[in-house]
Amino acid sequence: MRALRSVGELDAARAALRDQRRLDRPCITICSGTGCHALEGGKVYEAFEEELRKRRLGDRIGLKPTGCRGFCERGPIVVVRPQGILYQRVEAGHVPDIISRTVLKGEIIEDLLYVDPTTGEKAVAMGDMAFYRGQERVIMGDNDELNPGDIWDYIAIGGYGALGKVLTKMTPSQVIEEIKLSGLRGRGGGGFPTGRKWESCRLAKGEPKYVICNADEGDPGAYSNRSLLEGNPHKVLEGMAIGAYAVGSSRGYVYVRTEYPLATKNVQIAIKQAGELGLLGRNILGFGFDFSVKVVSGGGAFVCGESTALMASIEGRRGEPRPKYVHSVTRGLWDKPTSLNNVETWANVPLIIERGAEWYSQIGTIGSKGTKVFSLVGKINNTGLVEVPMGTTFQQMIYNIGGGIRDGKKLKAVQIGGPSGGCIPSHLMGMPIDYDALTQVGSMMGSGGMVVMDEDTCMVDIARYFVNFLKDESCGKCTPCREGLYQMAEILEDISAGRGTGPQLELLQQLADVMRDASLCALGQTAANPVLTTVRHFKDEYESHIHDRKCPARVCRGLIKYSVDPGKCTGCGRCLKVCPEDAIKGEKKKPHEIDPARCIKCGACRDECKFDAVLKV
Amino acid sequence: MNETDISKIDSMIDRYNADKELLVSLFKEIQAKFGYLPQDALSRVSERLGISMGQVYGVATFYKAFDLRPRGRHRIGVCLGTACHVRRAEEVLQRVERELGIRDGESTKDMQYSLRTVNCLGACALGPIVMIDGEYHGRMTSKKVAELLKKHRSGKVGT
Repeated sequence: MRALRSVGELDAARAALRDQRRLDRPCITICSGTGCHALEGGKVYEAFEEELRKRRLGDRIGLKPTGCRGFCERGPIVVVRPQGILYQRVEAGHVPDIISRTVLKGEIIEDLLYVDPTTGEKAVAMGDMAFYRGQERVIMGDNDELNPGDIWDYIAIGGYGALGKVLTKMTPSQVIEEIKLSGLRGRGGGGFPTGRKWESCRLAKGEPKYVICNADEGDPGAYSNRSLLEGNPHKVLEGMAIGAYAVGSSRGYVYVRTEYPLATKNVQIAIKQAGELGLLGRNILGFGFDFSVKVVSGGGAFVCGESTALMASIEGRRGEPRPKYVHSVTRGLWDKPTSLNNVETWANVPLIIERGAEWYSQIGTIGSKGTKVFSLVGKINNTGLVEVPMGTTFQQMIYNIGGGIRDGKKLKAVQIGGPSGGCIPSHLMGMPIDYDALTQVGSMMGSGGMVVMDEDTCMVDIARYFVNFLKDESCGKCTPCREGLYQMAEILEDISAGRGTGPQLELLQQLADVMRDASLCALGQTAANPVLTTVRHFKDEYESHIHDRKCPARVCRGLIKYSVDPGKCTGCGRCLKVCPEDAIKGEKKKPHEIDPARCIKCGACRDECKFDAVLKV
Repeated sequence: MNETDISKIDSMIDRYNADKELLVSLFKEIQAKFGYLPQDALSRVSERLGISMGQVYGVATFYKAFDLRPRGRHRIGVCLGTACHVRRAEEVLQRVERELGIRDGESTKDMQYSLRTVNCLGACALGPIVMIDGEYHGRMTSKKVAELLKKHRSGKVGT
């Protein structure tokens, strides 16, 4: 590849590509995100490759791996262009048929279409599906068109145009002004105004300055950053280059969590390709602006998502946070001014520059502009990544886009914001999702995990889960967080085992207050949110555990019992064979019985039973 | 550790230019080579980079990606992220523990398998997820994971 030496050369290259990569040509695209890949999408891709080669169609029909389309529930997803026919749950065996019938003859294979779980209607294209119709995919939409490993794909759809615009037409202060006007706030969770952060960093004294992309997406239940970085790494890099120009930095880092090997690989490839084309590195597009990016892979520590801990980790130290009275915009990485932003924040930047702050600020609510990508997961029909304008209600998310609760169950709560967030009960589902509304109900935006919980979810168990999670992940540097979480975990363990007492609820509240006021970083300060919101909204469940010694959702092991319904049991003996403790007795063809003294409540018998004869009470 | 191993460590340290910034990356490379961080390797790093053993251990024990003991040939990870948790990942974990006869963080006596829980693998739509040697197996149940392990042992998946 020859480096592009000016914006004119970039535009000329783009114009030449447009013709070559027209969307109206026949092309088969396959989602290559982690979700589809885990569902053996790689095999489907290989099958297409093989079949096209065998039939000598390779030069007539394109084949392209793309970024994540977000509909992970129904993967692997294949879209046949130009018609845009979407096939779901495709297997390698379907490939010859797709080529013969759909690609060559334009027929639709009904069996591979998506069927709406509520209306029963079949959808042919993305636009026909409620899952996509309710979204506004200004960030994620590009994933559908791009092969993440090919920079020219990104350039063809306008990529690096915003960087060109900034270099030719805008001063750094104008860039900052534009970002401020747009109302963009940090997508990592805190929601700090991005433009203000950049301005402080620009004004801070000290050289060199750094920009960092925080891709340490540790919140359990969130994976939107991963899919963006895997599917569209150049958009993130372009955003970083624009940010670097604005704050006066020439060095950037992308800190990727170690659990995301594909994201690491794709961003490394992207950096190399952009470097070869002169879009990163020295003298970018001939403007004398230098910016190089290095990828740092994390070590598997949740706390490293906290900005100062992340910087410590890049410096090769333990990822421990430090107090916030020194801001990292003035003294961050290596004690130099640093602007750290989340993956999604960076991805918003080229869009704002390209289309303008005015356009951008029309999306969303008064205090929260633009869109937000959520990972909609848990007990919901359409799990996947969803991008909606800020201010969309939970109701819309769950019932229109998400297709409702699985197995016809009832919604109980939505957990948002990861371990720092909270559980929002079903009666508040009409509220708009934005930074301020979430804070008001004791939760926070977080990085966009949205875990849907149904009536079979125990809220005490959820609180216990998050506290245990954080207890393991607390770095241990400050006492309130380290000891507070330990004590909270003990109390919740007691309650869920049926040993809880009334005053313990009071104690939880007191611990929460101390942790919020005295912890060093946000991990400890917000750690009590899952406990506080569940106590606030689901007090009756705590009381059942404490006073009645009952777990209403039948989750907490210390409070449930397994038994056999003699009316349903056929005496087939399957449960007897799987029981690890030999706790089940019974003669063949006669109802079996579970010995409660030996039963460890593992649920293996219930999974194995074909007649629903094992009861959980 | 023999001399060839030490010289391997030395060449890795050289490649990182004795750059303390890259301690985590250096450890990752050592772990990839030896399967864990041998004590001798850590001593060598401390000596060559001029940082105390305390600091070296501080970093090595802070991050979950590092092991100070050898691990089994096949690595099993059970995701306990929230999305997996609400879909009963705990039962999946317990089944794996029972089938292998080891607990989270341990390895089987024959050093064929090690087990570790992961706080979120980031493929939440497919939960509960079990990972064997980097390969994801989604939508697990206690029953399906037992079958998966059985197949893996007999060499039918991913060996």
